[in-house]
Amino acid sequence: MAKITSPLLLYERNCYTMNINSLKRGFKDGIPIGLGYFAVAFSLGIVAVSAGISPFQGFITSLLVNASAGENAAFIAIRESVPYLQMAMIMIVSNMRYILMSFALSQKINPKENFIHRLILGFFLTDEYFALAISQDGYLDPYYSYGAFLFAVPCWATGTALGIMMGNILPSRITSALSVALYAMFMAIFIPPAKKDRNIAILIVICFISSYLVYKFTSISSSLSVIILTILISCLAALLMPRKEEKHE
Amino acid sequence: MNNNIYIYILVMSITIYLIRVLPLTIVRIPIENKFIRDFLYYVPYVTLSIMSFPAIIYATNNIISGLIALIIGIIASYKQLGLFKVTVICCVTVFIVELFI
Repeated sequence: MAKITSPLLLYERNCYTMNINSLKRGFKDGIPIGLGYFAVAFSLGIVAVSAGISPFQGFITSLLVNASAGENAAFIAIRESVPYLQMAMIMIVSNMRYILMSFALSQKINPKENFIHRLILGFFLTDEYFALAISQDGYLDPYYSYGAFLFAVPCWATGTALGIMMGNILPSRITSALSVALYAMFMAIFIPPAKKDRNIAILIVICFISSYLVYKFTSISSSLSVIILTILISCLAALLMPRKEEKHE
Repeated sequence: MNNNIYIYILVMSITIYLIRVLPLTIVRIPIENKFIRDFLYYVPYVTLSIMSFPAIIYATNNIISGLIALIIGIIASYKQLGLFKVTVICCVTVFIVELFI
């Protein structure tokens, strides 16, 4: 076979093309996300009712905003009829962690990948998707991500609408059981690397302790605490436990 | 107030989209700085563990079921059962534990 020398061919090789298997793989990994979304969206729906939001409006909001803590804060703000500018401020504060995640994710996308993928992936960037994305080896396959969105995003939007319509019908035993789904998924992602990298294991213990202390002894909101602790602990980790330089992923 | 809601939704979605997409689109080259690389390497693990704990134990109807789900979840994750199995195991754990308390 001829050696691939054309820069164009190399370019083709480095990027992901539309692939049904990637979509399927993503779809399957999107199921636990959708499951967790559904439970959270349901409880979110109950908050939305108190703000006078219709199932349709809830559906649209969830489709366009895609954020649990952010939407929760926003619904409460709507209930209080805050000015629009204040609404924008609330969104910035309660979602500031996405700036960090987006920054981290920028390094997971092949620089040669079509720019449009960044615009789409950014739109769907949630805690759960971020967790899924960083669990992938090497550069991120956009189509794998789209597969995950295909299942998870409709769950989120319909969950919100259904929560508004009948939030109190689902037995509390069920919502209680479903409410751990997101955290279970997070654990399935951040625990396994701790096996290989002892620094990460130490870090997780430190995070658990400091997160608990902040929750217990301060009145900092959880969204603010996530961003402050993430910057602080990650900086310290980078300073105190620098990694041996590896080959670029 | 009804017609305001759509403007609210517009403000919300534009603000959050900018937050999410700006770093992703501005930073398009691999970062060479060692400190920033290490920082970004640790960010995901740090942020996910902070979001999970103590939130998981207060998410359920009962702290005990949440705590047991946490422990079972850590063990299942350590055994690398994968996203879906770990999630189902934790949900079922909470459901069963809450049958007894």
